[in-house]
Amino acid sequence: MAVSKKTLVELYTQTLKVRLFEEKVWELFGENLVPGTLHLYLGQEAIAAGVTTALKKTDWIQSTHRGHGHVIAKGADMNAALAELLGKKTGSCKGKGGSMHITQFDVGVLGATGVVASGLPIAVGAALSAKMRKTDEVVVCFFGDGASNNGTFGESLNMAAIWQLPLIWVVENNLYAMGTPIALTCPSHNIADRGEAYCTPSVVVDGNNALEVYEAAVEAVKRARSGEGPSLIECKTYRMRGHSRFDQAKYRPEDEVEHWMARDSVEIIKNISLEKKALTNKQAETIRKTLHRAVDKAADFAIKSEHPAPEETLDDVFMEVA
Amino acid sequence: MAEITYREALKQGLREEMLRDDRVFVMGEDVGRNWGGAFKVTKGLAEEFGDERVRDTPISENTIAGAALGAAITGLRPVAEIMFGDLITLAMDQVCNQAAKMRYMFGGQTSVPLVLRSVFGGGRNIASHHSQSLEAWFMHTPGLKIAVPAFAYDVKGLIKTSIRDPDPVMFFEHKLVYDKKEEVPDEEYLVPLGEARVRREGADVTVWGTFLMVHKALEVAEELGREGISVEVIDPRTLVPLDKEALIDSVKKTGRLVLVTEETRTGATTAEVAAVVQEEAFDWLDAPIKRVNAPDTPVPFSPSLEQYFIPDNKRISEAIREIA
Repeated sequence: MAVSKKTLVELYTQTLKVRLFEEKVWELFGENLVPGTLHLYLGQEAIAAGVTTALKKTDWIQSTHRGHGHVIAKGADMNAALAELLGKKTGSCKGKGGSMHITQFDVGVLGATGVVASGLPIAVGAALSAKMRKTDEVVVCFFGDGASNNGTFGESLNMAAIWQLPLIWVVENNLYAMGTPIALTCPSHNIADRGEAYCTPSVVVDGNNALEVYEAAVEAVKRARSGEGPSLIECKTYRMRGHSRFDQAKYRPEDEVEHWMARDSVEIIKNISLEKKALTNKQAETIRKTLHRAVDKAADFAIKSEHPAPEETLDDVFMEVA
Repeated sequence: MAEITYREALKQGLREEMLRDDRVFVMGEDVGRNWGGAFKVTKGLAEEFGDERVRDTPISENTIAGAALGAAITGLRPVAEIMFGDLITLAMDQVCNQAAKMRYMFGGQTSVPLVLRSVFGGGRNIASHHSQSLEAWFMHTPGLKIAVPAFAYDVKGLIKTSIRDPDPVMFFEHKLVYDKKEEVPDEEYLVPLGEARVRREGADVTVWGTFLMVHKALEVAEELGREGISVEVIDPRTLVPLDKEALIDSVKKTGRLVLVTEETRTGATTAEVAAVVQEEAFDWLDAPIKRVNAPDTPVPFSPSLEQYFIPDNKRISEAIREIA
């Protein structure tokens, strides 16, 4: 597939934006400014970047508990996103959701969910709606290797396939469900095998390579938009940190960690872009500086924002109160 | 005015809303043209509106509920059917963790105009997995509205209102009222959520109940009326919002209250209603509030056992007499 220089720059920028955002979150967490827990997307940036670069603004994504990267890559306002993580009134969910529910509906995020595998049915409904409303909207559903062991995986892949929905299943296989390695929970080496069982064209790609993810996503989007039904993309990847805030992931073998740490998603897409002369080192640095400033500004906004008033607890249960 | 069954009235309500609004569609197991719903509520709709808008699904309750939710937040007005109320257990995550909380945890960014229909109640000898009354579970989940129509007039007006409502509505029916008939206006009407209906006026004792128990309470009220005990019967029609005012006004008049549902006793909706009344109308009560419920057991199969399980006219009558 011929990929334009502009697209390569976009892939680099998106991957780096997610990286810098997550590094800032980690920094703020270190300063005790982020209440609760965190599931960082560090290491998996190329997946959100590659997939969302293949989408239109009017397309939808369904996110997960490890969702900051998806939402930022889809175009969420970084100020509101960081403010949400800090539990502020100016957050995208007014401080009601936090890390596991970080969502910005008006840029096409259907939601982020704290229950593993619960996003799949919702994505089926959004894709059914896109089809019934006769739009060309496409829905992407992100989930992890762990989610593919839940019943909704089978139910939802089946329903999407029988109804030929414009839906793309993106499995982020980071090899661990919390601390349990995939070898203990899945009889196959590839989750993609399960996709084929539901008559869904399924591919395996390097999830740390934004270009490879993007190319697979473009194919899947094309299939979805032309009414040819769902696809599954399994992205092999790895968490740069533990499962959640205090997990140091000591259960992972050292050689495995070394292997993956050497495969940094930002470096990979940067080198591809340099090689293909889409980018110079100087341009890459300028992009980094611009993104840094934006992230710093967002952090400043979030820190300075107010917490919600306690009685706001009672708002937004229903839209219409009798 | 025409006298029609509850089933027919419900179907008319669905049909009118499907004609009125292209966004409305029905989905669920066997709702389509081959079967028309396990209780025949959607019979004929697929022929009129097509298989897309009256959509048969695989046996996948959690994804039926979740897909309806996904469709609701992206511009459609789904009416999903779960064949038996007992089977909502398989969809609890999508109903209680997702649909109920979505608007709230996303800070009001979206609304969830979803109707989830299902059916409760025993009396058909179909045992523990097809006969329960689980409405209290959902009353305990903030973010869900709950309709519990017991009559043809109400079921039609409420389904129409529920479909137009911007929030998720759990729309519960009862197996033994589908065939009950009532006069229903020919012209269009709506029944608002949150308005109880006094089905019979009385002065001595208030009976508040749901579904088949309202019908039984009315029979009992008729009998006791002949003996000089004047019973007022209130049907809440929706549990969320709960019309507290109508109930408390009635208690202020009669000073006595009997609560009757087919639910098992502990933690039933009647327990919540009793708590509300003692908090808000304690000074008007002249006797302890009585509860008539099923015992705390699974629903049994054998007719002799099930008849014992489901509250009957005799038990309702005895409870009223005890405090009248």
